[in-house]
Amino acid sequence: MRDEGRGTADVLDAKPLTPSSQLQTLTPDSETAPLPNPSTRHLLIPKWLTARARTTSGERGNAIRLGVLVVFGLGFWSFIFFMVYRLLLFFKGVQEIGPLLAGKLLGLILVGFFSILLLSNIITALSSFFLARDLDLLVSGPVDWLKLYMAKLLETLTNSSWMVVLMAIPMFTAYGVVFSGGPLYPLVVLAAFLPYLILPAVVGSAFTLLLVNIFPARRTKDILTVVTVLAGCGLVLFFRLVRPERLARPEGFRSLVDFITILKGPTSPLMPSEWVQHAVMSWVNGRPELLPFYLLWSTAAAALVLGALLHRWLFAIGFSKAQESAEQFVQGGFIRRVAHGMLRPFGIVRRELVLKEVRVFFRDTTQWSQLILLAVLVMVYVFNIKFLPLRGEGMTFFLVNVVPFLNLVLAGFVLASIAARFIFPGVSLEGRTLWLLRSSPMSMRELLWSKFWVGTLPLLMLAVAIVGVTDYLLQVTAFMMVVSVLSITFMTLAIAGLAIGFGTFFPQFETENAAQIPTSFGGLMFMMTSILLIGLVVILEARPVYSYLSAEAYGTPIEPTAMVIGFGLSAVICGLATLAPIEAALRKMER
Amino acid sequence: MIKITNLTKRYGSFTAVNGISLEVPRGELFGFLGPNGAGKTTTLRIIAGILRPTSGTVEIGGVNIAENPIAAKAKLGYIPDRPFIYEKLTGAEFLRFVAGLYDQEGPQIEHRARELLALFDLEDRRDELVESYSHGMRQKLIISSAFVHRPEVIVVDEPMVGLDPKAARILKDLFREYANRGHTIMMSTHTLEVAQAMCDRIAIMQGGVLRACGTMADLRASATSGATGLEEIFLRLTGENAARALVDVLDA
Repeated sequence: MRDEGRGTADVLDAKPLTPSSQLQTLTPDSETAPLPNPSTRHLLIPKWLTARARTTSGERGNAIRLGVLVVFGLGFWSFIFFMVYRLLLFFKGVQEIGPLLAGKLLGLILVGFFSILLLSNIITALSSFFLARDLDLLVSGPVDWLKLYMAKLLETLTNSSWMVVLMAIPMFTAYGVVFSGGPLYPLVVLAAFLPYLILPAVVGSAFTLLLVNIFPARRTKDILTVVTVLAGCGLVLFFRLVRPERLARPEGFRSLVDFITILKGPTSPLMPSEWVQHAVMSWVNGRPELLPFYLLWSTAAAALVLGALLHRWLFAIGFSKAQESAEQFVQGGFIRRVAHGMLRPFGIVRRELVLKEVRVFFRDTTQWSQLILLAVLVMVYVFNIKFLPLRGEGMTFFLVNVVPFLNLVLAGFVLASIAARFIFPGVSLEGRTLWLLRSSPMSMRELLWSKFWVGTLPLLMLAVAIVGVTDYLLQVTAFMMVVSVLSITFMTLAIAGLAIGFGTFFPQFETENAAQIPTSFGGLMFMMTSILLIGLVVILEARPVYSYLSAEAYGTPIEPTAMVIGFGLSAVICGLATLAPIEAALRKMER
Repeated sequence: MIKITNLTKRYGSFTAVNGISLEVPRGELFGFLGPNGAGKTTTLRIIAGILRPTSGTVEIGGVNIAENPIAAKAKLGYIPDRPFIYEKLTGAEFLRFVAGLYDQEGPQIEHRARELLALFDLEDRRDELVESYSHGMRQKLIISSAFVHRPEVIVVDEPMVGLDPKAARILKDLFREYANRGHTIMMSTHTLEVAQAMCDRIAIMQGGVLRACGTMADLRASATSGATGLEEIFLRLTGENAARALVDVLDA
């Protein structure tokens, strides 16, 4: 013990340090000693070290993750590049208005990007400026307001913009390739795109700052989540209803005037997206203009100064407010009584587990607000099916009935996406409360199956509704209707089982935002496996369906063996995909 | 060294801290006691400059933290009750980062960080990521981070939570020695024995107000007759109803 005492004394006796040693005594010198002034770079060191540790840590499976990400990334880039490339080649071939069309397309995409960036920055700024867990450390330290602003702004910008940047790279590359941008083209794009990214980051952060000063931060987060989801839905619907694919078919318009009208909307000369479009298009058209660059950089600089001033005035007050929780009272006596009554036959444990799942879901804004997104997804899906050109010349009975069969693939994909959002995160969201469930005398089997059914039943209703409605719109035969509905039912059960299984094997216990869980590595693996399963089921059922359609169209005999094998195997595979992942998950939980 | 004047903090209609005033001179180890929800953490967070008071002022070494936050915070080391440490930094990197916030770096900081880590038996783990640390090891690291830049004032919320007996003993010695050398420490704790053994003066807070403040002798005098230990004084000052209710519950 004496040694330890000496150790303590040694630490305290350590040679004086500069400048803190001057602060130890209140001599006149200490009053005039320079104040600590950590740089923005220093504040960002933990982020850099964290990123480095994540990429270099030798965790098992890191190489596989990297490989999967590289393959997916390259596939994604190639897809975007070739889509834009083909469209631009087509535009380039259109006389007179070709470059105008290409510019308009770029403008449209950039308007979309700007909206996404703005919303994303608003949400991210709330976390990085007000709710991040490192803020206590930074705010209680002698950190200058401007340095903190710059560090957090850069963090917000990076976290909000990386996805847009990843999408923009193949898109701008296609423009450069098609219109021969030349060796300086990447620099031109960089010079135009950088201030375009800064602007929504500054504006978004400022908007969040104002909101936090009006509402408590947790309430602000709820409001922002709903606003973001609604805005995102509006954007999806807008692009879907505008039907940009019509731009590629000018002959589809009644007159040239209609076409030009479409080309004019919805951009404005005051929008930064328009400046970027002008900057890039003027360069690739061989008539470079400097004005868009002036506009972009001067506006970004002015916004930065104003944003910094606003931060100086309001951040301390806002941050202090952000530490206060919103008062929330929960009511629901009637619904609770009804739910209790309905779930009574299942026993106390199952009833409480199911009720907890439902309550947590509907009280978490980040969770339930995704339902709005889901509704829009389904609307867009049904809308697309409704406008499929399946009536008229050349549309045979065969084709009309094959489309709904292939529709299973799309519906399955939609369901997998929904399961990734709502069922996959189930175990992750238990997070730090898992100790409570695990230390109780309840079996993990009860927990996993309650999660399975709570997620599966709504998903199943949705699946049957989607397939039923689209089959009705497509006017398929009764046989195809039965095949579609049964197949989607089995697939839904299997997808939900996979979601529970993968969600347990790749949990994200530490995440603050439930919406980020599906984009994790486990989420990616789940989506890939689901797509494989859907593909397998459709391939197995293709033979019997073909047999039936041939019999109906050409009078060939039906093959009963093919029917039994095809449909039977599909059912077995779906059954296995439902049960095996849950059993495996159970073993993992009990280990 | 710490001067609090008429400090009030309201969260909506709820008053967490209600017009408290106190002064803690240089070289004193000051203890803050009170039941859960008494307003201790709110007060400490205001002193650390994280929360802004609804009214009242806090001065650190004569510097008003609201008016001149950087100068005030330069004198301060703060250890929160639920500290955050970057999971993907090593212990040494974290200490280096915190020292950097106070503009301190170089061989002296390296030496000091090594000494602090050795003191808390963390030297062998200094280059391991924080995510591999146990709860107690994290607590030791965060305590080391408050000392690494040698602040004039240390404000610490529940320092003993998660520490093993050896580390708790080291921390007591460290706090005592640090205060003896002219620095000021303000700590909140629920461990009454620790407060009684270590602190020069103790404040008991309840419902956002100070129920008593002074040395053990002062507290004994302010409590009703017969109370000698801090636990008895604490219970008398904050009300014994809870203890009686407990018996009722157990007997139910």
